[in-house]
Parts: sequence; C-alpha cells; structure tokens
Amino acid sequence: MTIDLVPVWTLILGLAVVMYVLLDGFDLGVGILFPFAPDDNARNLMMDSVAPIWDGNETWLILGGIGLFAAFPLAFAIIMPAMYFPILVMLLGLIFRGVAFEFRLKAHRRRFVWDQSFFWGSLLATYAQGVVLGSFVRGFPVHGRQFAGSVFDWAQPFPLVVGAGLVFGYVLLGATWLVMKAEGDLQRWAIGKARVGLIGVVVFIAVVSIWTPLLEQRIAQRWLSWPNIAWLAPIPLTTAAVTVWLWVSLARGRDVAPFFAALGLFLLCYMGLGVSLWPNVVPHTISLWDAASSPKSQAFLLVGTLFLLPIIAMYTGWSYYVFRGKVRGGVGYH
Amino acid sequence: MRWTLPPRDDAMNLDALLLSRLQFAFVVAFHFLLPAFTIGLASYIAVLEGLSLVTRKAVYLRISNFWIKIFAVSFGMGVVSGIVMPFQFGTNWSRYSDMLADIVAPLMAYEGLMAFFLEAGFLGVLLFGRKLVPQWAHFFAAVMVAFGTLLSTFWILVVNSWMHTPTGFSMVDGRFFPLDWLEVIWNPSFPYRFMHTVTAVYLTTAFTVLGVAAYHLRHGRFVEEARVMIVMAIGLASILVPLQAVLGDLHGLNTLHFQPQKLAAIEGLWETRSRQGMVLFAIPDEAAETNRASIEIPGLASLYLRHSVEGRVLGLRDFPRTERPPVIPVFYAFRVMLGMWAIMMLLTVWGWWLAFRKRLFATSAYLRACTWAIPAGFVAVTAGWVTTEVGRQPWVVYGFLRTADAVTPNLSSGDVAISLALYTLVYAIVFGAGVYYLVKVARAGPSAPAHELGLAQRPARPLSGAELGEGS
Repeated sequence: MTIDLVPVWTLILGLAVVMYVLLDGFDLGVGILFPFAPDDNARNLMMDSVAPIWDGNETWLILGGIGLFAAFPLAFAIIMPAMYFPILVMLLGLIFRGVAFEFRLKAHRRRFVWDQSFFWGSLLATYAQGVVLGSFVRGFPVHGRQFAGSVFDWAQPFPLVVGAGLVFGYVLLGATWLVMKAEGDLQRWAIGKARVGLIGVVVFIAVVSIWTPLLEQRIAQRWLSWPNIAWLAPIPLTTAAVTVWLWVSLARGRDVAPFFAALGLFLLCYMGLGVSLWPNVVPHTISLWDAASSPKSQAFLLVGTLFLLPIIAMYTGWSYYVFRGKVRGGVGYH
Repeated sequence: MRWTLPPRDDAMNLDALLLSRLQFAFVVAFHFLLPAFTIGLASYIAVLEGLSLVTRKAVYLRISNFWIKIFAVSFGMGVVSGIVMPFQFGTNWSRYSDMLADIVAPLMAYEGLMAFFLEAGFLGVLLFGRKLVPQWAHFFAAVMVAFGTLLSTFWILVVNSWMHTPTGFSMVDGRFFPLDWLEVIWNPSFPYRFMHTVTAVYLTTAFTVLGVAAYHLRHGRFVEEARVMIVMAIGLASILVPLQAVLGDLHGLNTLHFQPQKLAAIEGLWETRSRQGMVLFAIPDEAAETNRASIEIPGLASLYLRHSVEGRVLGLRDFPRTERPPVIPVFYAFRVMLGMWAIMMLLTVWGWWLAFRKRLFATSAYLRACTWAIPAGFVAVTAGWVTTEVGRQPWVVYGFLRTADAVTPNLSSGDVAISLALYTLVYAIVFGAGVYYLVKVARAGPSAPAHELGLAQRPARPLSGAELGEGS
C-alpha cells in the first residue's frame, strides 16, 4: 500500500463533521427557539418540520465520532478524555431532546415537561459542542499517547465564549430553516429570530477571529504573514458578502435563500478553522499523519465508505424530498 | 508540546476502573433493552406491511400501525441511548481506543455507515410517510429499516465476538493491527453469537407481541387483531424456541473450546475430571474453590459437552486465580437465562395444546400467563449478556488485553462517579417515562380503522408516527 490515504480520510471526516454541524445544527436551533414561539400551534409546526429527519441528522455525529476513532484513533484517544464533561453534557442533552419528539405526544397534562426537555436538551447540547470546539482550538497537552491535562481544562474563557457563539449560530440555522418551512405568522416570527441570530453570529465571528490568533502564535502567522494574507483574504471577504446577502434576503422575505446563506456562513467559518489548525488533528501537537490508523485499516474502511456515502446521500435526499415544501398543521391534530 | 501529567496513585485508578466498568455496563445494558425489542419489531412490521400489500386485508394494516407507534417511541430511545455508546470508548477507555482502534473502529464505522443511516433514512418515511408515498414504497421503507437493524446487529457482534475470540491480527508495540480482515470478521465465535443473539431478540419481540395481544383478548377488545398476533407469535416461537436450544448448545461448545474458564464458571465446575456432573443449582464459593448446597446430575455435563460420559472437562482450579472470571454472576446469570427459555418453551407447548383443544383464545389463565411473561425475553438477553461478558473477565480482548489496562489513565474516581450518577439519574427519568408511555400506548391498543389511514386522501403534513392510528 503506497497511496497515502490520510488526505482522503481528512476530507471524509471533514465532510461528516460539516454535515453534522449543518444538519443537526438547524434542528438543534429549532429546539433552542422552541419556547419562544408565539403559540402552541407554532411549536407543533416547528416540531413537525424536523421530526422526520432529526435522527438521520444525528447519525452524522456517530459517523464523525466513529470516523475519528477509525481514521485518526490517536486523536480520538486524546480528545475524548480531555472533553469528558462537555461530551457527557452533550450526550445527556441529546437524550433529553431526542426523546421529547415522541414523549410530548404521549403526555397530555405533562407535555410541558417534554417541551422544556426539548429546549434545555437542545441548548445544553449546543453549548457543550461549542465548548468542545473552543477547547479544540486552544489545543490539548499530550504526554506519550495520552491526554496529559485536567478534565476541567475546558473551563476557560475562550471555550465558554465559543459555546455562546455556537448557540447563536444554531439559532440562525434553525430560524432560517423555519423561514423556509413555515408560512404566515410563524415565518414572520422566524425572520425576526434569524436577524437576532445573525447579529449574534457576526459579533461572535469577529470576537473569535481576533481572539484565535492571539491564543496561538502559529495561527497568527498563518493568517497574517505574506503571501498567506493575500491567498486567504477571500475567506473573510466572502464571509462579509454572504452576511450581507443573508440580511438582504431576510429583508426581502425570501423563503429559501436565507437558509442557504446561513449554511454558507457556517462553511466559511469551517474553512477558516481548517486553515488555522492544518495539519494538526490534535491542536497543536499531533498531525493528521501521526494520528492516522494503519493503511490497512484506512483502506478497508475506505472501500465501503466510497461505495456507501453516495447511497446514503441518495436515500437521505429521498427522505428530504418526501417531506419537502411547507409544513402544514391541522389535519387530525389534537 | 506542553506539560506532562504526574502519575496518579493506583488506588485512585482502581476505583476509576471499577466505576468506568459499572458505567459501561449500565449504559450498554439499558441501551440494549431497546434493540433487543426493536430489531425483531422492525422485521415484524415489515412482514405485516408485506402481508397487507399482498392480501389487502385491513387487519394487518391496523396491527402494523399499532406497532409502528410503539416502535417510534422505542426506536427514539434506542437512538439516543446508542449515541452514548461510541463516546464511551473514547472518554472512559482511551487506552483501549488507542490500542484497538485499527481493528475495532472500522468495524464500528461500517455499522454506522450501513445500518444507522439506512435505519434513520427510511425511518422518517416509515413513521410519517404513509400518506405521502405509495403503499409499496412504504413497505420498502419498512423492509429497509428492518434490514438496517439486522446489519447493525451483524457489525456490532463482529466487534464483540472478535474481542472474545480474536483472530487475524498482529501486535506491534502493544497495539493491535489487522492482518486478514476476513479472519477478523469471521472469527470463531461470531457465527454462533450472531445466530444466538438474533434468535434471542426475535423471541423477545414474539413474546412481547404475544403478551400484549393476550392482554387485549382477555379484556375482549381488538379481538380480530389480537387473534392474528397470537397466532403469528406462537407460530414464530414454535420454530425459534426449540431452535434456540440447539444454537445455545452450539455456542456453548464453541465457548468450551475457546474460553474454557468461562464455560467452567457457567457450569460451576471446579475440578478437572471425566464424568463431570451437571450442576443444577449450587452456591459457588470462590475462596474455597468449591460449590455449596450443590444439586447435580452425575456425568451429564461430560455427556453434553464431550458427547461421552468419560469425556474430560476442565474445572476452574486448573486456571490461575488471576485468570478466572467472577464465578457467581456468570453461574447465576446463565441459570436465569435458561429459566426464561423454559418459560417460553412452556408457553409455546401450552399454546399448542390449547390450540388442539380449540381453547387457545378462551383460556384466561393462559392469556394472563402470556402477559406476565412479557419480560421473559428482556431478562433472558440481559442475563445472557452478563454470562458472556462477565465470563470473559479479566480480559477485554480475551487472552491479550486486560480490562484493567484499557481504562483512561487521567480519570479520577470522582470524575467517573459524577458521570455515572448523572447517567443513572437521566436514564431513570427517561427510561421510566419511556416505559410508562409504552405501556400507555400498548394498553390503548390498535384503534383507527384502516380506511382513515391514508389509502384515500393525502394531506401533505407529516403526522407524528405516534399519532398514526390514534384516530382523529
């Protein structure tokens, strides 16, 4: 085996993570917006708009987790213990919101319990993911092949701020999703929330973009040294352009454009993150190549993955197609 | 590169090890109760949808809708408790993850790629799509969900079996690397474990369907649906209960060959000898290396393990104490599993006997017994799992990696105590509520007439899966 599979696996894992963030991002966002909805009917519609697809979206999290385990096991073995508590909170949050989909329809007098569970679960899971992201950017101390820090290393200003930023990010995704899926009052309400989300996102992008180079000398050099600054300038410039596009499309009452603009913003931030951290998978100590599993393991999994990913894309697409268009309330609801 | 970690003292690590093991056992045991039921239920729903498509009889659709409601709740719980599992390997078993990833992680990834996406992709259509897609497409979605659950069983049992009977690998610097993937996948205990487990989960579903149907029939409700369910469940049990005895025996012989100390613990055998007796009941005394209050049938264990009374079977005393599993949990869990099998066998035979006397649907005592036996399958799979997993100890990869060497080094007992307490609390709430709602839906029974369920008009709004069939 002479072909280096590490770049291929970097792309696949990158794809899994971005799919997770974009897809579960909007349904977690819907969960965070849930208690602020104008009325119960709106809440039911919000739930209906994500109910058929949320578990497919969450499956990308499993793929991201196991993909990291399979392709870059050393990173998995170092990052997971370091993120012991944020991951615990994320998992418990996902449990509370996941069961709420069905439980709230079974409960009558206690429906409010599962509505709360849907909101708090979504919020905590999102915040915990942001804390993981922030800790990831800060980096992990390593000794030998094991994490060498404390399980409370995440309790630092930067990760805690990134957590809040991601909450606004998912709110933006969730609100623009609702702009696409809803009509009338709910849509107008969602446009307002999308504006709040967008303002929050812009503020946090600015804060994080200034803070990150200050955290790590190498990140500053990567972005600001010549000629990198010229090559990389399109990323912040496009981000600004997409932000304007998103704001304008919201103002013009477009259905679909805001959601895709929000996805675009996330993609650009993701690219920026990639630029900052490349080529490390455990910032700022272990590179993708050092963490990679053996070529035989990577090859074995690659064969199936290249075959299965297009098929997954096909039937996931079919599922979205079946539930396309505006979500409607009414028939047989009680 | 930054700081290094001061070594923790061993007592602290031991507690973190014990708590991590408890946590893993806790989250996996509760998670597995759901697949133990939904794997069989997915297949049952696919069969019902198929029967409905072919016969056009409304009763199958009503039964299917009823179980889809129950499936929706159980599957949701299965998904969220399942997401916890892969993260456990990283958070609590990081040394295992580092050493074993090259072999076990691609297998788990195949489970995710093949099974989870298939299930999740078609589940939405199965639960919410009855009115949005043609009936054949709905049937196809049901088949795909069922197929996904079986693929998931396949891959996760490949991983589990390989850890019991590792083959096709080499070790370099204490880490495991694959040599031959076919040997890894078709490791010696896998075919037996797979057949045994799939049969067990199908039986769990069959006896749940039987018990719920018997409950409704006994109360004189949903008589037509209940009769169909009872006939289907007993029909399946008539094949699978006897088959499970054969498969269990084959799996036992496989264990005798590859994990003799586990088998000795199961059978409660201390001394290596021929004419080994079958211990029906005993109180194993691990310190004294003997059984107390033992009731045994002389020579029988040699007969069914070696197919000759003179056959020699190893006892636990022939293994160093440090390589023996804890005997008591293995010994009793195995007997609990057999007891559950006996209950299922009894109900199957009793059912046939009543059927021949044309009293199957009218015998209140039998119907009541069936409802009481709903937990039998769940208890059996859990007891079987305890038998095989505790029986593997002190190894996590049998013969190669001890459980004690697999745990995350930097966790303190306090860290794991907090996470275990939180998992316990959250699972108590979520599983408690889940069981409450499941019982509520099961008691409500199949209700909506089939003509309301979508063959006529097609509103575009996705209903909740749980709502289908509750009528409007």
